[in-house]
Amino acid sequence: MTDTLRIEDLHVAVEGKPILKGASLTINRGETHALMGPNGSGKSTLGMATMGHPHYEVTGGHVWLNDVDLLELDADERARSGVFMAFQRPMAIPGVKLADFLRHATTNVRNPDRQEGEELIPMREFRKELKSKMEHLQIDMEFARRYVNDGFSGGEMKRAEILQLAMLQPKFAVLDETDSGLDADAVRLASESIAEIGGDKMGLLIITHHDKLLEHNPPDFTHVMLGGRIVETGGIELAHELHERGYERIREEYPEAAAENREMAEASA
Amino acid sequence: MATDITATPVADLPSNAGIGEINKYNFRTETKGVFKARKGIDAEIVHQISDLKDEPDWMREFRQESLRIFESKPMPKWGGDIAIDFQNIYYYLKPTDHQGKTWEDVPQEIKDTFEKLGIPEAERKFLAGVKAQFESEVVYGSLQEDLEKKGVIFTDTDTAVREHSDLLREYFGKIIPPNDNKFAALNSAVWSGGSFIYVPKGVSIEFPLQAYFRINAESMGQFERTLIIVDEGAQIHYVEGCTAPMYSTESLHSAVVEISVRKGGRCRYTTIQNWANNIYNLVTKRAMAYQDATMEWIDGNLGSKLTMKYPAVYMMEPGARGEILSIAFSGQGQHQDAGAKLVHCAPNTTGQIISKSISKDGGRSSYRGLARMEKGAKGAKCNVVCDALILDPASRSDTYPYIEVMEQDVSIGHEASVSRIGEEQLFYLMSRGLSEQEASAMIVNGFIEPLVKELPMEYAVEMNRLIQLQMEGSVG
Repeated sequence: MTDTLRIEDLHVAVEGKPILKGASLTINRGETHALMGPNGSGKSTLGMATMGHPHYEVTGGHVWLNDVDLLELDADERARSGVFMAFQRPMAIPGVKLADFLRHATTNVRNPDRQEGEELIPMREFRKELKSKMEHLQIDMEFARRYVNDGFSGGEMKRAEILQLAMLQPKFAVLDETDSGLDADAVRLASESIAEIGGDKMGLLIITHHDKLLEHNPPDFTHVMLGGRIVETGGIELAHELHERGYERIREEYPEAAAENREMAEASA
Repeated sequence: MATDITATPVADLPSNAGIGEINKYNFRTETKGVFKARKGIDAEIVHQISDLKDEPDWMREFRQESLRIFESKPMPKWGGDIAIDFQNIYYYLKPTDHQGKTWEDVPQEIKDTFEKLGIPEAERKFLAGVKAQFESEVVYGSLQEDLEKKGVIFTDTDTAVREHSDLLREYFGKIIPPNDNKFAALNSAVWSGGSFIYVPKGVSIEFPLQAYFRINAESMGQFERTLIIVDEGAQIHYVEGCTAPMYSTESLHSAVVEISVRKGGRCRYTTIQNWANNIYNLVTKRAMAYQDATMEWIDGNLGSKLTMKYPAVYMMEPGARGEILSIAFSGQGQHQDAGAKLVHCAPNTTGQIISKSISKDGGRSSYRGLARMEKGAKGAKCNVVCDALILDPASRSDTYPYIEVMEQDVSIGHEASVSRIGEEQLFYLMSRGLSEQEASAMIVNGFIEPLVKELPMEYAVEMNRLIQLQMEGSVG
């Protein structure tokens, strides 16, 4: 049976203000979905709430991973059950080496029932795997000895997120603007890498404003978010259209959602 | 006149004794003390200590004079709350009649204790001299032959009084005189054990010399006295580690550490202390650094009820360097009043203080530090950085930086930061599968990484493990 991630009528508020107002979306493992929409429409919120960020208060709906409601789980349990998010602005953890962090994370995600204090993946085995993945992603080994995201450039952070995706091998991954802050070559590399890592092995939800990241990850479905709802779903041609012509048509067709989006954008500005 | 001290059954230990791994730090071994002074402190007790040690007159007089100073000095009014009944403490305890020369000579019950502490392992791994203070006196010591050949003296301070009297007397009580503070006076009156080290001119000791300390008698004070002399161009790294079991009554640890680093010499003194929650840890540590000499204190303080400790470097001649890395971790019911002192007495001296403190479960950490530039310390530079991490709203962190400048041509920098463990950081790590507890411990370990990476490997591992233990059950 294929794994399925089903977001069902999700309502989310941040600091008391409603952001998501009934978003629904179903992803089967192996599919690639693009999530597009103007700023402030709620794309990142969808990802954050799915992952369990404490500032994102779910006020209604469900996020089903097969028959488990992820909303009942803590963030670490969600990760262990196979959900991942590459963040737009990953946090720096000074003093913690990327390799040490990844060894813990990889161990936990691969052995979801691991209790604290139990053995980590053997160092040699882990290092070998990390090395091969880093070579593949054209990341210098020195990188693993640096502190997590501490003093990283925007591009380095994004590559570190992709490296984590490669190591953790989740069932489903939300990639939140993993192309932002990258130059054209870096975006191409990222796009290729994601296709290779994710491809048909994962269910991908790619949040992006551009279509470069989609070059090697042609979406099976494209969703447009506006005013906290998904207002339209189409194929790859929808992604191309939005990239070329922007959201004018969408705003005209969904005036209510457009008005709400404007309000939300103004409130957050 | 042997006295048996009966171990308290585990069931009688305080309920916060913890479970699992923490038991490693919570054991007690039945001890056959040969002599145990009565409780309390007065001239007679101090004379008894001198009698038992068969001390020369000068030391006997030094102790008596120190006792008078101790009695005349008021309790410090700053720092933490000190509630000690000085008459309810044992000031001297001698576990065996004479010191073991080899491992085989060491009594089995003491070996068992060291086994639990990992001493034999340290012996094997470090191949260095191991000095371990068991109760009030060093009972076991070994010194590598090559050290002896180089003329290095590494012994307990009691032995040094007998065998290296002239050398010891030149420095003893000169760097930290008994009238420096009430607790230095107390130590000077009742001191016992501790290490005496002399590194001759130009001699470098490549591996860290180490000592483990441990308190193991209820209501017993421990007053070790350490003196390290690093002669011209010589180098040493001395490591002192402490793990203490838990007790139900107050206990006092008050050490004095004096260090002299001669011209071009280099000394690093590393301490990791993990005292039981009821121990007052009131320690005076001071080093004098002469021309182009370097003194480094690395000081990690965990546990205890109250720690007051401010390792100092006095830079006496041009080009001297002083560096102090200090870390404090305060948990429930604990107050770490820790810091450092740098006193620049000569031109072109450079000093640095890096302090990191962590407070959790209502614990309180204070940084208290002094940077002082004496008149004439032209071109001296001093930099102080202190960072505090607070894990929950019940905990507290304070900074008391004292800066005294008597000279114009100097540079002093001071940076301080306080942060709370970030929800964002926690979430980030948890979103990668780390539990809240693992994530917190990782953030805390990262916070102290600049200090831990300066430690010898074994201590770095131990430090991380101690932090892990401290973090257990702290969140969620």
